[in-house]
Parts: sequence; C-alpha cells; structure tokens
Amino acid sequence: MSSIEEVQDEIVSEFEILGDDKESTIYYIMELGGSLEDFPDNERFEENTIKGCQSKVWLIADEKDGKVHFNADSNTDITKGLISLLLRVLNYRSPEEIINAKLDFVERIGMGSIIGSQRSNGFASMIKQIKLYALVFQTKQNA
Amino acid sequence: MGLDISKIRGLFPVLHQEVHGKPLVYFDNAATTQKPQVVIDALTKYYATDNSNIHRGAHALADRATRYFEDTREGIQRFINAREAAEVIFTKGTTESINLVSSAFGRKFVEKGDEIIISTMEHHANIVPWQMLCEEKGAILKVIPINEDGEIIFTEFEKLLTPKTKLVSIVHASNALGTINPVKKIIDAAHSIGAKVLLDGAQSANHLQIDVQDLDCDFFVFSAHKLYGPTGLGILYGKRDIFESMPPYQGGGEMIKEVTFEKTTFNEIPFKFEAGTPNIADVIAFKAAIDFINDLGKDEIRAHEDELLSYANEQLTQIKGFIPVGTAKEKVSVLSFNINAMHPYDVGMMLDANGIAVRTGHHCTQPLMKRLGLEGTVRASFAVYNSKSEIDKLAEGVSRIARIKNK
Repeated sequence: MSSIEEVQDEIVSEFEILGDDKESTIYYIMELGGSLEDFPDNERFEENTIKGCQSKVWLIADEKDGKVHFNADSNTDITKGLISLLLRVLNYRSPEEIINAKLDFVERIGMGSIIGSQRSNGFASMIKQIKLYALVFQTKQNA
Repeated sequence: MGLDISKIRGLFPVLHQEVHGKPLVYFDNAATTQKPQVVIDALTKYYATDNSNIHRGAHALADRATRYFEDTREGIQRFINAREAAEVIFTKGTTESINLVSSAFGRKFVEKGDEIIISTMEHHANIVPWQMLCEEKGAILKVIPINEDGEIIFTEFEKLLTPKTKLVSIVHASNALGTINPVKKIIDAAHSIGAKVLLDGAQSANHLQIDVQDLDCDFFVFSAHKLYGPTGLGILYGKRDIFESMPPYQGGGEMIKEVTFEKTTFNEIPFKFEAGTPNIADVIAFKAAIDFINDLGKDEIRAHEDELLSYANEQLTQIKGFIPVGTAKEKVSVLSFNINAMHPYDVGMMLDANGIAVRTGHHCTQPLMKRLGLEGTVRASFAVYNSKSEIDKLAEGVSRIARIKNK
C-alpha cells in the first residue's frame, strides 16, 4: 500500500494535468465520487451526518486488524468526489497514521479556489470528523 | 422604444470582468444588484466633500449633508408615492424593517390569543420575527397555503381571517419563485376585518410600480441594495397614524425630544424610529440609484425583464432534464429550476465554472422548499443590465450539465 505522502503526490499530479480549467476540474471531482463504495441505507440517519456541511454527508467507520475503514456518501456529486479524495488518502490506515496525517494535497491542488469558501468549511469538517473517528479507535486500542 | 442595454451595461463597472477565464454573467440579482457608476460616485463624493453628522451640526457641511439625506427621503416618498416624507424610515435593511414592526407594533398591539398571518412562501426574515413575537405574547401564527404553481390559495387565506387577526405580513413578490401575490385583494380582505398589512417588497420594489396609497398597505419594506443602491440600508414605510401610535424601537440620540433622568419625551416621526447616527453615506448615495431607475423608467425596466424571463423560459424548457420551479402566472424576473437528479449546489458550481453567477439552495425559504418537496433550487434572476445573449450562455451551460446526467 502506498504511503499517505505517495497518494497525495498522485492526486496532485492528476490535478496538475487538469490545469486551470475549472470546469474540467469539477467534472473530474464529480467522477471521483463514483468510486465510493455503496453506503448502507440503514446508516443514513442524522447521527451519521457531518455537522458543518451545507450538503448532506454521511460518514461511518469501523476497525479491522488495527486499521480504520471509512464509508461515506453525500447527496451532491461534488461533495462525494471531495470525500472520495480524502478516503483515498486515509482509508484503511492505522488510527495513528490518520491522526498524524498532514493533508498538504489540499493546499497543493488549490482546493480553496476550486470549491470556494463555503465548501472549504465543509471539507474541513469532513477532515475533522475523520480524525475524530481515528482518535476514538486509538483510544479503544490503548484501553 | 426599448432600452439600450449595451449602453446601460457600460454604466456598471463590475460587469466588465472575467470569472474563471469566462466573461461574467451575473444572474444573482435577487440576492443583490450591481451598482452603477453614479451610485459609486455619490458615495465617494459624500466622503470626499460633504462628510458630516446630520440634523444637529451648526455648520455648512452638516447642513449640506442633512439636506442631501432628506432629499433621499423625499425621493423615496415619490418613488413609492407615500403621502409625506415622514412616513419613510431608514433602517439597516428589509430584515430590520420587519423586526422594527414586530417589536414596536407587536409590543403595543398584539396580545395573547391574537393571530398573525403569513404565507408559505415567506423569506425567513418574514417568519422568524413573527414566531418570536407570537412566542413572547402567546399569539398564534397562521400560514396561507400555496398551490403547485407556487401561488397562494386566496380562498384559504380568507378562511384564516378572524376578528383576532392583528396583522397579515406577506411577501409582495417571492424571492425563491418570483410569484407576484395578489396583494391588493389581500389588503382589502384584511382591512375588512380590521387587520393591518405589511408588504415585504424586497423583490418587488425593483421591478413593479409601487404606490403605497393605491395599495393601501399599512407597512411596506424593502432594501436599497436590491435596487442598484448601497448595502446596509433598508426602508420602512408606514402610515403616519400607525407610526404615531407605536412605541419607539430603539432608544438613543436623534429619537428623543427631551431627556431628563425622570422622563424622556420622544421625537416626531420619522426620527422617533431612527435612533443614533444613521447610515448617512448610503442614504445619500441611494438617491442616485432611485434617480437611475426613474430615468430609465420602471415600466421600461419591467418590460425588458419580462422579455428576458420569457426568453429564458423558452430556451430552457427545451432542455431535457430541466425542471422549472414556480410557474405562477404573474412573476417578477426570477427563474428557479432544477436539473434532473442533480443537486442544485453542483449545478451552481458548474455554472460558476462557466462564469455564470446564480444562487443555489433554499433561498432562506426552508418551509417553502419543504412544501415543494425540494432540497433547494438553482435561481437565475434578471436585472435591467442583463441581455438575451447572456441567457443563451445560461441555456448552453444548463444543457451541457443536463447532458452529463442523462448519459
């Protein structure tokens, strides 16, 4: 499995190919959303949504062999794409790796200017929630 | 003779720029309109040559600023055909105008068990102040239902009127759908049982001829920034006798006649409701916006905007997957829609990538969206400087987005 840094480098080079064309960048992000695994319908309730997002985002997590497995969905295609980027970097990693991950790809691809300030706040909430889950699993492991 | 749109566009500096490498198409006019150079100049001129506090200074600048400030009040009086300038109060915006009425009128006249009527298509600013008042007073908030086209059901409204109805507070033109409500009929019916009527004119003052005497509304509220004027300035029109019967809204300078530590007597209207130093610069600059509208002619502006709306409808309804939201017979230039199976946020962002600015979401009308069973809509709203070729760009953008989803 590639390291967190390697995956981020991959993402950055993919976005570099798209260049400054905003429309293609958005289409690309929307396409990425298609790679998310199916989200169980019975998990689509309020407690599993991320607070601070304008669109609906559901996120659940479980632990297998010391690694955290995330599953997420959203009612908007762009948000699905955004969360799929995060999961590509952080899914199936140890709680410690997730907590310590420096997500510099966000700045390197200029996410702020691609998605605007409102969605950037939502995106920050997603990262916070993912790290919070990791923290919970780390606490459990150490208990 | 129609308006010379390319000449009008030349008066708005902000329109001449590129967004994401594409020429800006500004279709978010129901949120706020752009400002013509004359308004920007009036703001600069005030600060550069006339800046002074008004009404009290015993010097030339204060005198000048006061005169310009009161000129705007008179300009607005004529603009809405109020009986006198004293019936025009300056506030921070439509929201504060409504809050002023709910606080001052509500405090005095609404009691336990009384009823206030609003409609399903109200902006949150015309819902929440009344909910707060009803909670405080033990009054009841009633809501006029709407039909599938987004029009109020008048017969249902008549059923809601009772001797307990103190106020009907209703939107003149809906910000989310564009629907123009039959306000004259509503006002007559409300008055026949002794209720007062507040009209939320935030979306109508820019598009329709407003004659508050002919309408006979008791209050009329709107914001300057939606009429090519500055932000942070609202208008509250009210009938003199009602204003005089209302207690002040806020206490402070300007609104008093005489203050002793034992008792304060209040100033006459309009000053009774304008505590503190007002938003002098923006009030003065708003006069330039009113003159701009008057010079073009409201009927000419409306004719142009109506033409844009029907052209947009023609172009967009041909697109597979385009779903119009709000199909009332009488509308201002607001086109709300969705694209099949797409979230409005995504559509808005893709249009933005093409330089097209629209509003997406619930438009501060969550109860309306719930009634329509929608999460939100994409809203394109047109102003006098918009053109058919811009609508062609919107249609092209929408059609491209719809194609991806239909693949």
